[in-house]
Amino acid sequence: MPSLKTYRLRIRSVQSTQKITKAMKMVAAAKLRRAQEQATAARPYAEAMDKILASLGASFQGATGGPRLLAGTGSDQVHLVIVATGDRGLCGGFNSTIVREARRQIRALLAEGKTVKIFCVGRKGRDQLRRDYSALIVETITDLGRPRLSFGDAQKVAARVMEMYDAGEFDVAKVIFNQFKSAMTQVVTVQQLIPPPMPEASAAPAAAGGAIYEFEPDEGEILADLLPRNLTVQIFRVLLENAASFYGSQMTAMDNASRNAGDVIKKLTLQMNRSRQASITKELIEIISGAEAI
Amino acid sequence: MAKVSFRLVMPERELLATEADMVVVPGSEGDFGVLPGHAPLVSTVRPGVLEVYQGSKVQQRFLVAGGFAEVTPERCTVLADEAVPFEQVTVAQLDDRERNARNDISDAATPAEKAAAEKNLGIVQDLKRAQAFYASR
Repeated sequence: MPSLKTYRLRIRSVQSTQKITKAMKMVAAAKLRRAQEQATAARPYAEAMDKILASLGASFQGATGGPRLLAGTGSDQVHLVIVATGDRGLCGGFNSTIVREARRQIRALLAEGKTVKIFCVGRKGRDQLRRDYSALIVETITDLGRPRLSFGDAQKVAARVMEMYDAGEFDVAKVIFNQFKSAMTQVVTVQQLIPPPMPEASAAPAAAGGAIYEFEPDEGEILADLLPRNLTVQIFRVLLENAASFYGSQMTAMDNASRNAGDVIKKLTLQMNRSRQASITKELIEIISGAEAI
Repeated sequence: MAKVSFRLVMPERELLATEADMVVVPGSEGDFGVLPGHAPLVSTVRPGVLEVYQGSKVQQRFLVAGGFAEVTPERCTVLADEAVPFEQVTVAQLDDRERNARNDISDAATPAEKAAAEKNLGIVQDLKRAQAFYASR
């Protein structure tokens, strides 16, 4: 039977772990709130951009030979899979679920005989994918969003993606990330970035009904300017969703960890008291039986 | 009198949402004023100064570094890459940026980086010109 002292030491160590997890939970909660605010603040821009894109897309519908970024390269042989994960762990299943989905996608694409290239955003995704697919990883960007996520971070990623696209290094780009639903639930989402899925006709009537836009300079030039920017906005949105999901997931995980630590402490305290009582009883029996023997 | 509902948004947040009598936007093909009932228009925006009128007076000015504008008869939305209230911009800040841009050009390792840095310098110089012009008015 372990001595009282070992119990005491173990309880103390669990207590200090609990202190850490509790603190991390608080920090995650505060950061989650900030990430959500940022996501809300970024929405008007993305919405306005969607609207312009929808009205532009309407005027391009049917017309062939739009910009390469819109129409694609005409082939879908080389796929770029952008895996957006966090840089750090201790966040429950956040990174693993993304990586699991990424693996599934990559396997499926490879089975179809496509060439796959992996672009890792975030250290954890790279670390996990390196084991199986180290040869496929072409690019990694880590440590984004410190101290806070900015549009510049998204621009960095988008610029690199554009550079690769312009160099003809891939035909189709997809991004895998966690969409934020609530602190408890995040949904792994696969979104195609290039060529962009055009907002369907349902978004267009607003433009078509009331107004046929005039374009200045002209559609082509605006579109050429707008599309790379739209890519950046989409990536920014992905990063924001991911950040919110990360902190949500971390908050939940740390809450669970604190609760588990509490359970362990309770169990250990009970065991410690039992063993203390047992030893007292044993000593009493020894004394009494000794006294009776005289 | 009818007003234009004007919104100035940046990627990170919405800077301004207001009802204005007129908005003057620095379009890439020249400045254009937006009054209620303006024909639907989508235009690119060059680096310059955007003015919001209440009545016949300029109520607010913003320094914008390029973007897009969408105009319908009722509203005007400007998607700016970057926008700062005019009063908050100082010449020193712009000088700083110009210096940084120049450094970036000389530090650029690849042609792509260099092109990006040169474009950046162009924007800063446009901004400086616009700032100087409006500050003297």
